[in-house]
Amino acid sequence: MAVGTQYLAEQQPKLSTTSLVLGAIAIAALIAAPFFFYPVFLMSILCFALFACAFNLLIGYVGLLSFGHAAFFGGAAYYTAHAVKVWGLEPLTGILFGAAGAAAMGLIIGFIAIRRQGIYFAMITLALSQMFAFICLQVPFTHGEDGIQGVPRGHLLGIIDLNQPLSMYYVTLAIFLFGVFAVWRIVNSPFGNILKAIRENERRAVSLGYRVDRYKLGAFVMSAALAGLAGGTKAIVFQFATLTDVQWQMSGEVILMTLLGGIGTMIGPIVGAGLVIALQNYLASSQFPVTVLIGIIFVICVLLFRRGIVGEILELMKRKPKGNV
Amino acid sequence: MVSTQPILSATGLTMEFRGFVAVKDVTLSVNEGTIHALIGPNGAGKTTVFNLLTKFLTPTRGQISFRGNDITGLKPAEVARLGLVRSFQISAVFPHLTVLDNVRVALQRPKNLATQFWLPFSSLSVLDDRALELIDAVNLSAYAHLTASELSYGRKRALEIATTLALDPAMLLLDEPMAGMGHEDIGRIADLIRRVAKNRTVLMVEHNLNVVADLCDRVTVLARGEILSDGSYATVSADPRVREAYMGTEHE
Ligand SMILES: Nc1ncnc2c1ncn2[C@@H]1O[C@H](COP(=O)(O)OP(=O)(O)OP(=O)(O)O)[C@@H](O)[C@H]1O
Ligand SMILES: [Mg+2]
Repeated sequence: MAVGTQYLAEQQPKLSTTSLVLGAIAIAALIAAPFFFYPVFLMSILCFALFACAFNLLIGYVGLLSFGHAAFFGGAAYYTAHAVKVWGLEPLTGILFGAAGAAAMGLIIGFIAIRRQGIYFAMITLALSQMFAFICLQVPFTHGEDGIQGVPRGHLLGIIDLNQPLSMYYVTLAIFLFGVFAVWRIVNSPFGNILKAIRENERRAVSLGYRVDRYKLGAFVMSAALAGLAGGTKAIVFQFATLTDVQWQMSGEVILMTLLGGIGTMIGPIVGAGLVIALQNYLASSQFPVTVLIGIIFVICVLLFRRGIVGEILELMKRKPKGNV
Repeated sequence: MVSTQPILSATGLTMEFRGFVAVKDVTLSVNEGTIHALIGPNGAGKTTVFNLLTKFLTPTRGQISFRGNDITGLKPAEVARLGLVRSFQISAVFPHLTVLDNVRVALQRPKNLATQFWLPFSSLSVLDDRALELIDAVNLSAYAHLTASELSYGRKRALEIATTLALDPAMLLLDEPMAGMGHEDIGRIADLIRRVAKNRTVLMVEHNLNVVADLCDRVTVLARGEILSDGSYATVSADPRVREAYMGTEHE
């Protein structure tokens, strides 16, 4: 079957030489970056980039718009902060605990929301995450408006001192790379192929015997867990967890980052997160109101380049003549 | 292979859409191993009957049983898992997947290779031989590497049949499988249906009466949601009520 073999050589998402080279350059740049920029600034980008990648797993590859991802990001930050500060957990274990907590919340919220379509799904996730934000304000362990402050960074696996900015940076980078790889693997897996099929034609997938709600729920939980990984890491990096991270504005911000970079592209959310964080950082010292600018960017994205920066570039690169055979 | 044992039977199926009765008291039984045609003028309710039988719609009244199990309360995915698999009147492919991937998606579930999110995409290559076999059976080998959206309408239908056959179902429901196909392709698909029906049951909606006459063991005629006639092609085509129902839609 010559045709099939030829297909396999061309189409399988094996990393092409170009993307391998570009990836290697990007990783080298990330390794060198803390010598040129503030590590805290970079770590903030990495945490939000991972958060956006996790969010993109859901909107870009399942087609579900969650307006409640802050619950997983901010929830995990609380869990990790509490586990490390109060229970004295080792930091990596604490981060994994936060991610597990986010996954459990993903299971509950996803279970309730997954049968809804489109805007109803977005509204239910928003409502449930706001409910969670309210709980966070009320329960004692989150310390209300103050949040959990002074979380010790501690020693990774009892060995590496994370109070050293560079050590903290490289650990964050490793977690980020792991998370991005996880998204890539999930999307390009047998499971990912079914997700793609469901997004393309849900009725057909059902008629082939797929219990599509379970696949969607599975993806939702994975997305929540990875968002939690980002949130837990952020709590260790910044040594606190507050209400800001569980509120709806945070859900909106991650939507913006993903939209700006390019929904459904592997590196779009990373680019989007980098730009938004850099802008916020830059404008923090000026008088210009950040929210206004974010709003303007949002409108421009929706009106002019819906595919996002990376999406538009990819589209320009692959444009080819169309025709049916 | 033709038996008199019903594999699928429906009793008193009724479907109302906000007061409009699209399907009215339909009682139908399909014998195991037969090719059974469901025909009728446009808007007769054929597709709606398919939707009811495969549980894409829940009947207002009535009961459906498949291989002796009551499936009236099941979800559509469960019906498919029992071996009652349908195709759609409006061609249902996964447009941005390649032809090969379309068929592999169908193969993944029966081969238990659908939930592994940790395995590389290349692990799906174990399905390739079977997938290419199925693609070859509908004469699409030359297009295996194209995305489904690049195929002509007739070839999309052929792909849909290959995808449906990938599940190796006990019973196939085909909704106008040959619509939009050229002469040659119709002959090929008719042959294919005859071949695959050797060890399974087929219920098909078809407007081309030559094909029905040639292929089907039994014909049920539906008009305005009700069963008008049921029997061999000769019996049914001699029925004056059937002729009457087809008047005015003769341009078909
Ligand atoms: N979801 C729905 N809501 C309301 N009416 C519907 C719905 N689905 C079908 N109908 C109506 O039910 C009737 C039967 O439609 P159906 O599609 O089953 O006919 P059909 O026999 O398959 O016709 P065709 O040969 O054109 O495919 C039509 O009058 C149609 O308008
Ligand atoms: Mg129809």
